[in-house]
Amino acid sequence: MLLGWNALTCAALVAVGALARIEKRGELRWAGDLQGGEPYVYRDPADPSKLDGFELEIAEGLAKRLGVRQRFVQNDWSTLIPSLLRGDFDAAMNGIEDTPALRAQALVTRPYFTFSEQLVVRRRFPLRTLAALHGHRVGTLSGSLAHAILRETPAIHIVLYGGQEEPYRDLELGRTDAVLLDSVIASRYGLSKPDLELADPDVARGTYVIAVRRGEDELRDALDAALADLMSRGELEAIFAKYHLPPQPSSGAQAAAQPQARFDSAQALLFGRGALVTLLVSLVSMALAVPLGLLLALARIYGGPAARLSAHWYVELFRGTPVLLQLYLLYYGLAPLVHLDALTAAILGLGMNYGAYEAEVHRAALGAIPAGQAEAAAALGLTRGQQLRLVLLPQALRTALPAMTNDLISLLKDSSLVSVITVVELTKQMTITAVDVRSWALPGLVCAALYFGMSYPLARLAARLEARLGAPEATGALREAAA
Amino acid sequence: MSAIRVEGLRKAHGPRQVLRGIDAEVNEGETIALVGPSGGGKSTFLRCLNGLTSFDAGMVQVAGVELRPRTAPDAPQLRALRARVAMVFQSLNLFPHLTALGNVSLAPVHVRQETPAAARSRAAELLARVGLADRGDARPAELSGGQQQRVAIARALAMDPEVLLLDEPTSALDPEMRGEVLGVLRDLARTGMTMLVVTHEMTFARAAASRVWVFDEGRLVEDGPPAQVCDSPRSERARAFFAHG
Repeated sequence: MLLGWNALTCAALVAVGALARIEKRGELRWAGDLQGGEPYVYRDPADPSKLDGFELEIAEGLAKRLGVRQRFVQNDWSTLIPSLLRGDFDAAMNGIEDTPALRAQALVTRPYFTFSEQLVVRRRFPLRTLAALHGHRVGTLSGSLAHAILRETPAIHIVLYGGQEEPYRDLELGRTDAVLLDSVIASRYGLSKPDLELADPDVARGTYVIAVRRGEDELRDALDAALADLMSRGELEAIFAKYHLPPQPSSGAQAAAQPQARFDSAQALLFGRGALVTLLVSLVSMALAVPLGLLLALARIYGGPAARLSAHWYVELFRGTPVLLQLYLLYYGLAPLVHLDALTAAILGLGMNYGAYEAEVHRAALGAIPAGQAEAAAALGLTRGQQLRLVLLPQALRTALPAMTNDLISLLKDSSLVSVITVVELTKQMTITAVDVRSWALPGLVCAALYFGMSYPLARLAARLEARLGAPEATGALREAAA
Repeated sequence: MSAIRVEGLRKAHGPRQVLRGIDAEVNEGETIALVGPSGGGKSTFLRCLNGLTSFDAGMVQVAGVELRPRTAPDAPQLRALRARVAMVFQSLNLFPHLTALGNVSLAPVHVRQETPAAARSRAAELLARVGLADRGDARPAELSGGQQQRVAIARALAMDPEVLLLDEPTSALDPEMRGEVLGVLRDLARTGMTMLVVTHEMTFARAAASRVWVFDEGRLVEDGPPAQVCDSPRSERARAFFAHG
């Protein structure tokens, strides 16, 4: 009884605190993501020091009614809600869809925009409905309402993206056969491309809402009242017209609410699949990186001037730029020239990047072999190639093994970067599940355990291989004995 | 018939003259002991004979193969020479990743295309000949210094060379190990193998060498039978060397 009363006063204090805090500070801090931000909130192309967007104008209208200024906080779209809950800002407003998953974590205001989920395909593509697309690849944004709808549709192969532009680019290129996203994104990013057209304009309905922390009911109510005022004065309509937003469908049926998922055996199975993708990408990339690195190292040590210079610049360029950027360039940047599927691009990208590191590992290992080894082999009449194959490389690979093991374990974790080019591996699966079950703790721990469960046996395996090949110290002892 | 003929051999490392015009000849079956102060050019001379070091001027003819100045150490024509001329290095340079048998049979399999079985049985014979019949499966790190040196000799013999070059084969060894290796070399000398041995072992030179060469400052300053060169050298340089050595 006493406890209940205490909890109530605390909640009340916090709620009073929220609005008072904003008034005292004189500004409403709200967050969104400027990346792919048009028309929501984005940098004004004419003056990059300024922001623009319909949500910016809504925020200004809301702040005016609260008697304060608005202040935008940049935050990655996929982590807007966790950041809100951490207390990084007062409200999140960035095309956030009203879903049961969201309501389980945060308070939401009344909708400020109603959209329809729209199916976009290439011109004259014969399949025009979601049902007809079974067995086909359909792109959408990770964690969106459209993502939830696609998961409820049987036998659709879902391709997940982190930004609004990429799904439509891949659709144009034929990497997917359709994209399901809301009408604001579809009209701005999809239908602006001449090769794409609308197949189903109204697959489902949804709304954008503003999210605030639980317990801050007073702030939510104040924002609701401010939104109602904006609407009744026609200001909201004017803002939407100014930014050419698509017409809002007269209020209709909301998309079917999905029940909250639990971390059950089905989720565990998805984790297992993610782990397999991680393992596949890592091992095949490494299988590519080691011979590539060897080739580069040999070119640098034994090649002519042209080969030496090319290998040198290959290593410096691939080491000196972020692997994330290389993956983007390979998958999106080179798409008009080379048509790679996501898994191939992921493996190639990581393989080429790690090849640069392996080149240095092999170069160091070859350099550590005493010059007398090659001389002795030459004096026996072995050709240059035989000297390498029979005498130098076996010793170099033994020396390089610990460094290569290190790189493989590092690659196992770096492979999570390939989710930016739509490959769903272990970490991506973890973030999808975390949103579904509304918790990061358990999926995070399971994910960590799986990574460790893969890297530790690899390390043990390498240690046993090292033992079998004999310690490299043996050659050192020999040199000492002979000196 | 001469196994080795050298005329006007010159070699410089940058500004330093290492060999200043060497003329020499070795007959088949002779054992030559190369002695003299360090830096006198003995090792460089030996390396010129199998092309590991290129020279600037002159001519080298070994086992019927002629070498021209400035031949790169990895030139293909050197393979014919190296099939007939074997070398044992001061630092041995055994292959640490291979067993004793693997070290000895590597070149016969890959250079002479012998079958692995034939090469291994011949390698076992050679190891037995240098007193290592039971150590064939040991890696170099598991062998003593003297045993390693004998594996290196067996490896050189596996190619049935006409000429054997040895660069200070006993300098890294304890006195008792030195004895085992010198014994092997004396036996080899008796079989009629043509050998050039860079050494500081004057007792070995006296006992096993047919001739002793004294190198000093890039010149061959003394050439004669061991007793004459060691006991009554003609040149001032050689007298100084034996007085201090």
